[in-house]
Amino acid sequence: MALLRVENLHKRYGHEEVLKGVTLTQEAGETKVVIGPSGTGKSTLLRCINRLTEPDQGQVWLEDLEITSRRSDINQIRAKIGFVFQDFNLFTHLTALDNVRLGLTKVRRMPRAAATDRAMAELDRVGLAAKAGAYPAQLSGGQQQRVSIARALAMDPKLILFDEPTSALDPELIGEVLSVMIQLARDGMTMIVVTHEMGFARSVADEIVFMEGGVVVEQGPPEQMFRSPQIPRTGEFLRKISELYGESS
Amino acid sequence: MNLVFDPAWLPRLGQGVLLSVQLTAYCMGIGAVLGAVLGLVRVYGGGRWSPLYWAASAYVHFFRGTPLLVQLLGIYLGLPTVGILIGPFLAGLLAMTLNTAAYQAEYFRGAIQSVKSGQMMAARALGMSRGQAIGHVIMPQALRLIIPPWSNELIYMLKYSSIVSMTALRPETMDLFGVARSIASRNFRYFEVYILVALFYLAMVLILTVALRWVERRVRIPGLGTPGRGI
Repeated sequence: MALLRVENLHKRYGHEEVLKGVTLTQEAGETKVVIGPSGTGKSTLLRCINRLTEPDQGQVWLEDLEITSRRSDINQIRAKIGFVFQDFNLFTHLTALDNVRLGLTKVRRMPRAAATDRAMAELDRVGLAAKAGAYPAQLSGGQQQRVSIARALAMDPKLILFDEPTSALDPELIGEVLSVMIQLARDGMTMIVVTHEMGFARSVADEIVFMEGGVVVEQGPPEQMFRSPQIPRTGEFLRKISELYGESS
Repeated sequence: MNLVFDPAWLPRLGQGVLLSVQLTAYCMGIGAVLGAVLGLVRVYGGGRWSPLYWAASAYVHFFRGTPLLVQLLGIYLGLPTVGILIGPFLAGLLAMTLNTAAYQAEYFRGAIQSVKSGQMMAARALGMSRGQAIGHVIMPQALRLIIPPWSNELIYMLKYSSIVSMTALRPETMDLFGVARSIASRNFRYFEVYILVALFYLAMVLILTVALRWVERRVRIPGLGTPGRGI
């Protein structure tokens, strides 16, 4: 069974329909990169998956659990789906360690000592054990994003959703975040990543999904998408974005 | 001009200080709890048309929109007519509490709303319930942001506590201002007594200001509520 299934997802804001029936399947251990022009519903899609935004129509399944069902305990489901935001959204009043630990003690009800060990291990994994006592305002953007990845990892998620994780970063800080994400992908984490970083897509994506106008235009493995896209618009977009964002990392 | 101060006034003025401080402390404490609840309801209590939101808003508008003095007299003189006997101290405390709760509700609302919206989203994405997110993420930040306006309210209420002199007739129920007026009405040293009383209020306000500044510094967190420092 697929780890995640998205079926015919629709979302409308006022008169504008942002998602017009999106269907996706994600296998465990797979890294999917979602690309597309801005305003085509990529972020909305991610937010509908864990219902930070309530979809109007369609279903999302995590294994055999229907996320979109009114009867599901959404908090319990969200605890299994990591979410990494474009602007980090670390808890301003907590140190890096407490940011990672809060979900462990309050959501997973882990004893404090065990939670501290786990949080330190995750900070170490993203290379920030030395910054455990720092507040978000004392960290660079790249460091904040790595802490927020550690915060997601600590929950032992089945899947992590990345919403343009490097778009708010200065160019010289993008690499440190991407290398953490590349390592995660190679370690077998299941990830859906909305990004313009084509270097990342080429090196670790199992599949690239091109979205435009609220629908999936084309999807396939990176080699195929870069070399011989079936739809001209896909090739056009990929060329443009590769020029713009280069192939760093 | 020949000013005469009599040390014999001091014990009674001291008692008045005690009563003013008690009134202020109680009303601010209870008012903070009520205000926090009202503020939370105004932010999270459903839309504009939910009964809870509507009730909280009506409360806030009523108690901010009418004079404290009218509220006090309404309680002190009005409640006995419906069979509830209430002394001047309790009437004063009740009026001040109900009044400050409305103002504090607005300070809480402002503080809660100035916590960035991404904070709630990140907490919910981790799997926290709305209540957990409010308790562990929103309120710890809002409580730090609320200290400056709350200090203001504290100082206002300390001075407004002088309105209970309108209803207190016996010496032991008189606040600082009530005591002063009663002393002055016997020896006609109005000017001297009121100068003294003003200095008492000023001293109390300065002590509170320094104390709250200290608290504010103690709980300060880098990046929270102190923009522009050192720029």
